Amino acid sequence: MIRTITIRLALLVAMLVPGAVHGQEAEWQSVLNAARGQTVYFHAWGGEPRINAYIQWAAREVERDHGVRVVHVKVSDTANVVSQVLAEKSVGKATGGSVDLVWINGENFASMKTNELLAEPGWATTLPNWDYVDVENKPTVVMDFTVPTDGQESPWGMAKLVFIHDGARLAEPPASLEELLDFAKANPGRFAYPQPPNFFGTTFLKQVLVSLAPDASALENPYDMTIAAETFGPLFGYLDELHPHLWRRGKAFPKDASQMRQLLADGELDIAFSFNPGDAAGAIANGELPPSVRTFVLDGGTIGNTHFVALPFNSSSQEGAKIFANFLLSPMAQTRKQEPEIWGDPTVLNVGALPAHEKALFEALDLGAATLKPENLGPVLPEPHPSWVGALEEAWKDRYGASGG
Amino acid sequence: MIRQGGKPDVPSVLIALLMAGPVVAGLAGTALPAFGYLPVLGFETFSLQPFQALFAEPGLATSAWISFSTGLVASVLSLAIVLVFMAGWYGTRTFGRVSRFLSPILSIPHAAAAIGLAFLIAPSGFFVRLLSPWMTGWDRPPDLLILNDPDGFAMTLGLVAKEVPFLFLMTLAAMNRPHLGAYFKAGATLGYGRMATFFLIILPQIYPLVRLPMLAVIAYATSVVDVAEILGPTTPRPLAPQLIVWMNDPDLSMRLMASAGALLQLTISALAITFYLVLEKFAGIAFKSSALTGKRFRQDRNGQIASLLPMLLILVLMALSTGLLVLWSVAKSWWFPAAFPQVLSIDRAVNAVLMAGPALSATLTLALLSGVFATALTLWLLEARGFRKKRDSKKLKMLIFLPLLLPQIGFLFGLQMLFLATGLGGTLTSVLLSHLIFVFPYAFLALSDPWNRLDPRYEKAAASLGISRSMIFWKIQLPLLLRPVLVTLAVCIAISVGQYLPTLMIGGGRIETVTTESVALASGGNRQYAALYGLLQLLVPLAGFTLAALIPNLVHRNRSALQMRG
Repeated sequence: MIRTITIRLALLVAMLVPGAVHGQEAEWQSVLNAARGQTVYFHAWGGEPRINAYIQWAAREVERDHGVRVVHVKVSDTANVVSQVLAEKSVGKATGGSVDLVWINGENFASMKTNELLAEPGWATTLPNWDYVDVENKPTVVMDFTVPTDGQESPWGMAKLVFIHDGARLAEPPASLEELLDFAKANPGRFAYPQPPNFFGTTFLKQVLVSLAPDASALENPYDMTIAAETFGPLFGYLDELHPHLWRRGKAFPKDASQMRQLLADGELDIAFSFNPGDAAGAIANGELPPSVRTFVLDGGTIGNTHFVALPFNSSSQEGAKIFANFLLSPMAQTRKQEPEIWGDPTVLNVGALPAHEKALFEALDLGAATLKPENLGPVLPEPHPSWVGALEEAWKDRYGASGG
Repeated sequence: MIRQGGKPDVPSVLIALLMAGPVVAGLAGTALPAFGYLPVLGFETFSLQPFQALFAEPGLATSAWISFSTGLVASVLSLAIVLVFMAGWYGTRTFGRVSRFLSPILSIPHAAAAIGLAFLIAPSGFFVRLLSPWMTGWDRPPDLLILNDPDGFAMTLGLVAKEVPFLFLMTLAAMNRPHLGAYFKAGATLGYGRMATFFLIILPQIYPLVRLPMLAVIAYATSVVDVAEILGPTTPRPLAPQLIVWMNDPDLSMRLMASAGALLQLTISALAITFYLVLEKFAGIAFKSSALTGKRFRQDRNGQIASLLPMLLILVLMALSTGLLVLWSVAKSWWFPAAFPQVLSIDRAVNAVLMAGPALSATLTLALLSGVFATALTLWLLEARGFRKKRDSKKLKMLIFLPLLLPQIGFLFGLQMLFLATGLGGTLTSVLLSHLIFVFPYAFLALSDPWNRLDPRYEKAAASLGISRSMIFWKIQLPLLLRPVLVTLAVCIAISVGQYLPTLMIGGGRIETVTTESVALASGGNRQYAALYGLLQLLVPLAGFTLAALIPNLVHRNRSALQMRG
């Protein structure tokens, strides 16, 4: 009896699967049809001209191929976008929202998710190009800062904290946080990090926090006030020691990573950092950094994560936004993104599993002398749970951000 | 003449509504959330909680103090530089040259000026490069806290460099009155030095006209956002940019605190203005008692030279800053300590201009529309009031200047909420409306004097020939005033291009102009792009002023009396 049911079920599944695939295709076709003529307001950080140019290219491609117009709304801080959608929800604007797609990850995603500002779960895994995403080897494409994405955001690129130095000025870069501190003491004013809550500044804090916290596993769980003091203790001990030797003695901070890169180019700083392993190579190709610049990581690993695009609940151009998200995932768009002159941002796809032609695209990439080989990038340290970030930024502000120097 | 006795004065009422309406509504929209009431976001009970949260913020006192001190010091310093220079050099050839250079500086938007200044004075900036390494021994930039210093010196300098040209032109306009030469002569005959003559005889007559612009400068400087973003301190920020951060926080209850902060900002600006009025009183007493002693201050050669120096310094700073914007905009690689770019490339400049297309067209649309509306409204108001022989009305003037005397942030918060609630937020129309609030007062300022100076006999002669009122306006008054009308239009364009906060807040990020772009890029890293946008920001008003100078000569090419002399 049980056997017959199993057989029947197996038969049923066998009959349904091709149909299911067919159904998916038909469904995507209906998305394509609905999207034609839509305008997608893509809210994305706009502080990096190279990335802006890449987005413009992608926008032109989808307009040509699918008749979807994409407008890049350049934002200075993604938190503003969250605030905007939240305000719209509060005034009851359930359709026709001003944001159709947002470049996002981490605490902003978590905040949108808890406030129910995102489109229904699962859309991301229905995108045709989702099949190529490297879910197996890159767990962060479905776990954004320990929060499950539930298909509510589609991965766009991989980020890993790397440090950048000018080999002509600094031959042997520090290999650990202790050595970095020693370096700063020996070379006052030549290291800096952007002022939190800037994304890159916070990332540096998280790197130190995760590396030095007495119990790093506590950071994978939501913020716990009772252990905050002991968890933050070593971090602030480190910063207290570091700050007098920072650039401008910690009385002023670079605004973001691109300013830090500019300061490295000027020779004000000896060490900068980036969340994009290909950043230095790209900046060399662009003439923004001298050719002697190299990339390095710290022993024990650096923070790494994935960045995504997400759909707000009240977008009226959801189909167009999905088409754009799917295009961003395509092997063609992903290889172009990884080219150092274009952007240098690593792919979220499983290159090994791609069809031969697409695989060849990635293999032909020249990542440049300044980019570390994937095997030299070191282990990936997990991001802390997003709820720690707010507390961390508040604690930092209380301690260093409001002293007036 | 036809009398229009009983009819209500439509233009005056309309303009009063247009100016005061948004300000009052905006103020209310700011004040209610400050006391916890913001029903659209679900806050429906009045409380003092927002203020408690505000005062618990770390660094609030420092933020407030920086806003107060930098704004007040920059304003007073600017006025002092202008007045002392006027006293020392008015009517000389040097004076003519300086004023020719200062007018174009006025058209440089604040953000562009701040970006250029940053290129100049940063530790890796042009000055240090020029002297390095041969003189300073620095082959790398020194670790000096020049930009973003916690006391706000860099920000003060940036404000002074922009407010001096403004106050200078306002003072110059005030000096444009009959018999001034006779007073100078009388002073000299009585044996007073040139500077003493100015301060004891001239200044008391012209000061009432300078006062309003000066108060506007204080209100602006104590609440500035764009200059503070680029040159101001960040640990903590001055109050106004800090409010923007709170306003955009994903935690919506922070908006209540930000509104409370906006009321604090209003208080701080009001305090600065009050402080200045007290200062003014003391200065008045000092001048009066000095006049009563009868001292002549005949030897003022040194004072004269000293009065020239700060003015020249500002001219040089601004000229170099603008030059650096041009140079950086074509510099692909320019590494320290080179005083000239290593690699020049026009490609990226061209590319960036193409990419800036949408921002540029939004800028031009806003500038032209607000310019045309503001100028037309001003003309309508002046014509109607002139016809009713109401040449001067203090109340209306106060209403018109109200938006300039309040910190923008104080009522823009509320306006933003109103637009959000009406669904108009983020549209070009709402941004245009917000620009108009700030553009109109300048249009009125620029045009009312030339209008009132127009010889009334033209109008009378025409009327006595039986020509209608509208014909008088179109055929006589407007052609005669072509030059000032075009200059007014150019002023409006410059003011509209310079609007950062209204565009940012009312536009909700969707309306991008070259100004919002250039502030965003200036705080980023790529100097070439920052320079390019700064330059675009500067070119639009410059084109306006150039056309305003050229068109009348072309139109009036066969009317020698209407040609520009000199």
